[in-house]
Amino acid sequence: MLQMTNVRKIYRTELVETHALRDLTMSVAGGEFVAITGSSGSGKTTFLNIAGLLETFDHGTYILDGEDVSGLNDDDRSIYRNHKIGFIFQSFNLIPDLDLFENVDVPLRYRGLPAAERRERIAHALETVGLASRMKHIPAQLSGGQQQRVAIARAIAGRPKFLLADEPTGNLDTVMAHQVMELLEDIHGSGTTIVMVTHDAELAGRADRIIQLVDGCVLAEEHPHTQEDTLIPAMLNGAEPLAAQL
Amino acid sequence: MFNYNLRLAFKSMQRNPIMTALMITAIAVGIGISMTTLSVYHMMSSDPIPHKSDVLFAVTLDSWNPLRPFDDDRPERAPHQLTFHDAERLVALGAGKRQTAMFESSLIIEPLNDEDLPFEATARVAYSDFFAMFDVPFVFGGGWDKSADVAAEPVVVLSRQLNERLFGGENSVGESLTMEGVRFRVVGVIDTWEPTPRFYDPINGGFQEVREMFIPFSLTRMMELKSIGSDWGWKWEETNTFEQWLNSEAVWVQYFVELESADEREEYVAHLDAYVGEQKRLGRFERPMNNSIHNVGEWMEYHEVVAQDSKVLVGLSFLFLVVCLLSTIALTLTKFVGKKAETSLRRALGASRKMIFKQQLVEVGVIGFSGGLIGLVLVMLGLEGIEYLYDSPGGLARMDWLMVFTSVVVAIASGMIAGLYPAWRVCRIPPANQLKTQ
Repeated sequence: MLQMTNVRKIYRTELVETHALRDLTMSVAGGEFVAITGSSGSGKTTFLNIAGLLETFDHGTYILDGEDVSGLNDDDRSIYRNHKIGFIFQSFNLIPDLDLFENVDVPLRYRGLPAAERRERIAHALETVGLASRMKHIPAQLSGGQQQRVAIARAIAGRPKFLLADEPTGNLDTVMAHQVMELLEDIHGSGTTIVMVTHDAELAGRADRIIQLVDGCVLAEEHPHTQEDTLIPAMLNGAEPLAAQL
Repeated sequence: MFNYNLRLAFKSMQRNPIMTALMITAIAVGIGISMTTLSVYHMMSSDPIPHKSDVLFAVTLDSWNPLRPFDDDRPERAPHQLTFHDAERLVALGAGKRQTAMFESSLIIEPLNDEDLPFEATARVAYSDFFAMFDVPFVFGGGWDKSADVAAEPVVVLSRQLNERLFGGENSVGESLTMEGVRFRVVGVIDTWEPTPRFYDPINGGFQEVREMFIPFSLTRMMELKSIGSDWGWKWEETNTFEQWLNSEAVWVQYFVELESADEREEYVAHLDAYVGEQKRLGRFERPMNNSIHNVGEWMEYHEVVAQDSKVLVGLSFLFLVVCLLSTIALTLTKFVGKKAETSLRRALGASRKMIFKQQLVEVGVIGFSGGLIGLVLVMLGLEGIEYLYDSPGGLARMDWLMVFTSVVVAIASGMIAGLYPAWRVCRIPPANQLKTQ
């Protein structure tokens, strides 16, 4: 599903260059649920932005769903994002003056789907997250957990192959975080590939695989369900990792 | 997608009502002021008789002082009016399809009822061709015929206002009217007629409403009708008697001729040259031959009906519109910057730059349209104000459909122009920029 090879991303200002990703090589298989962990500044968000085609990178190749998307122009990246990727953000990112129906409708509008199909997909997505009865509410009338469920409905309404979640439970209390995780697990169960960035070791432990990033490189991988750990030798032999091992 | 963008535009406008109101106001005021001046300018400079402006010609003959031109600043110009006897002779010679000599006079109308007082009314003293040449509309009757011109019959065509005053607006054709002791027969009543500018007599005011009555030119001698318009003379002459005045070199009669083809025009100028040549042999027209005909457009320019000040005013008012647009651009930028996060999100969810650009343009288009509508109301109020202040008759301070359409188009275009740069800035926002920071 996702194959990044030697991806490098450098942020440049007049005074300083920041190497956010250093020849990152990573792959995610179709239908996999992968958690990305790492300390602040380890490159998690940059990885997610590049994986989601929200940002370009300086070097390397990126194959998404069998196609090389490394050199796509801005318009094509928009189309790819719209058709293949669903996003879930830490701060929900709902549009405050649109009701739930309209919020979920946003990516479908840009896909140019007919009204009837959009209605059917929105209803189904909101039903999946248990908010079908609140279509006409605006986000401010919902709790944080409910808002994140709306964001999940928006992400899945387009029926993407690939779901990217950036700290999806970061702004939620434990109970709501678990509800959201269960929802993500259900979606994963239906065959969607999920890559989730999280600080929460417990939530990461519910994924098929945990990848730890340090200084823009993969430091280690873990398969929590099989207790199989892998340290990446290239990283250990190379420049000094800053973070502790898992 | 347009409907969707329209809905988003209204939501966005509601989200920031004060800023939206400021933007709409800036455009409305800019449109209101610029289009008010443009409307007045448009009416001033419009073709008053578009279907005939190329076949109607004012005639000028240079009968002026041999020692200096009529206009020192434009020595090539002949006097813009004729002497009475030249005008009378030219009509008698009868070249051209139709022609009329004319001037403005004033007569005392005697009351129809004993309890009313006599009053003074202006009259255009002209030939019967006047009505057909200038397509004068009639509500009752029509103009007099040529026999009345020849026989100096006391017939009169009333204006609608005068007919209202004298006969209560009823059909007065056949009724009698006594003016200066002469009993006139009413042969027609003209309908509302507002040629703007009043092309047939720009010398005596290009923007006066036609409220005058019309009587035959041939009555001039019989009734000793004097012109109340402008007259110019260059020669000391005895003008103690009316006949001496009519035979003087003073110019005070306007002259129009209708000529349909280029050949006719060429022939007519040759005819004028022949007439002046004959007069030269009699010792008149001592200046070099300088006879010309001017179509309606040329005649308006000749008299600078649209003053240079008006053009400057239009330019200034459009500069003001530019200032308003710059304010709108600043407000739009502020507003759109406030939408960075939403734009970033929409980009992340699949909107291309072009889609975001269109969305913003629809919003500024709606603001421009709203500003335009309010601007239109301001234009109408402005024109009402001008009419009230200057008592501008003749429909000068009014808006035609072209100006209404132009106002709306200018308003939308203004909104779009004001929104182009901000929309371009917004659509360049990278999709990942704001998502983490919301």
